[in-house]
This record gives sequence, C-alpha cells and structure tokens, in this order.
Amino acid sequence: MEYHYAVSGEDFSLAGNASSEMKKTLKRLGLPPEIIKKTAVAMYEAEMNMVVHAGGGDAHISIENNCITIIMRDTGPGIADIDLAMQDGYSTAPEKVQQLGFGAGMGLPNMKRNSDELVIDSTPGEGTTVTMKIRIPEAQE
Amino acid sequence: MLVTMKISEVVTALEAQIVEETARDDVEIISACGADLMSDVMAFVKDRVLLLTGLINIQVIRTAILMDIEAICFVRGKSPSQDMIDMAKENGIVLLKSRLPLFLACGKLYGAGVCQGGVREID
Repeated sequence: MEYHYAVSGEDFSLAGNASSEMKKTLKRLGLPPEIIKKTAVAMYEAEMNMVVHAGGGDAHISIENNCITIIMRDTGPGIADIDLAMQDGYSTAPEKVQQLGFGAGMGLPNMKRNSDELVIDSTPGEGTTVTMKIRIPEAQE
Repeated sequence: MLVTMKISEVVTALEAQIVEETARDDVEIISACGADLMSDVMAFVKDRVLLLTGLINIQVIRTAILMDIEAICFVRGKSPSQDMIDMAKENGIVLLKSRLPLFLACGKLYGAGVCQGGVREID
C-alpha cells in the first residue's frame, strides 16, 4: 500500500496535517497502537522540520513486508552537518517555531528513537531526503 | 495500584472549567504530564495522560491527537482558540481551563492521588 501527501510550507498551523491523516489511515488498517504512535511521532517531527526549514515537500509512505517506510523529500537548504543536527538540543529553528512548542533540538532524536532505521540524505543547497523504517512485529498467536 | 481519575474529579482538583463544547465524561486518566514543549510530550508521554500546558496553539491539539491524549488542561488562565476547540471536539479530546500556574496545578493533582508519572522512564 502506498500513500502520498504534499506538505505545504506556507502555513505553520497546517504542519502535522499529513501525519494526522496518516495516523488515521494506520488506525483504519488495524495496526498495533505502539506502531501507529511510533510512525505518527516520527513522521510529525519530520513534517515539522520540512515546514520550518525547507518550505514544505513531499511525504511518501509505503507499507509492505511488515515494514512501514516513510520517505520525506524536500528541496530546501539541506543540512550542513548531519552529526551536529542529530545531537539532542541542537537547533537552528527560528523563535517563531519555539513558540509553537518545537525547535528545541529534539526533532531528529525523536525521529531516531521512534524508527528502526533512519537515513538522512542531504546536500546543502539542493535538499534533504529523510527515510525512516518502522518494522511491524508479527502478530503473537 | 493504579489510581484512575475521572474528568469531573480532575476539574475539582485543578479548580478548572471544562470547555463546554468538548465535554465528555467517559475519559479517565492514570497520570499527567506538565509541559510547554511539544517535542518533549512526543518524546516521553505514556498512555491515558492528562496534558497540562500553558501553550496555546493548534500544534498542542495535533500533538495530543498523535499521542492519544484525551484530556488537556490549559493553565495560567489561558484559553484555547476556536480552531483548537473545533479540532479537539472533532477528535474527542476534552479541554479544561485552570487559573492555576503549572507548578500548582501539577501539585494539586498529585495531592489528589494522581502520583504516577505521565512519562516513560528517562535514561
């Protein structure tokens, strides 16, 4: 199954829309609650980053072989130093974002914590693609 | 033993008012989390939690939806905006308002028996 969302970078108040929609879909599909939450949190933080730093982008989610793959692609300024960006508390977010309750340097660590695999592919000046995989455990009989 | 608390009991403990349009009496909490940083809420919060916050914007409601939080109390006399109320109502989230500051609100709730932390163990 595949799902696409366009993430608008125009309006901060819309950030999280795609993640909320995705969460509803996962619920409808009857996936385990902890998997739904992990996916929703990882995607929400990535979506927030995309809106705040890159002026929006595209979200592509696929579910197959007991794995949820989230690919968030933008054509923003890119991340100069990914290791630095991964550090807890490191942030380049403007004050406006902090007023929303984000921008405290927890986005990438939250994405890492909630996914089984996180790959960030970024080229300064060209954009960033974040790929997150969340494995769905086999149902216990 | 887990102490559960009904919304009506939370209202009493926090000297709060329910935002009428969002009223539900079937919500029960077992713990609470006081935070103004939504990334912290997403990083640490467990289930059946009351979120206490002084932050007013739509992302608070969205964070609650994503984290399955069914009750939010706005502290320090703050009031949610109409778009927050609409989104909360649509998603079955009860909104409360209290004039207490965050620290006292947490303390009163704790004193009333909600002694379980609302967050996972922090390593």
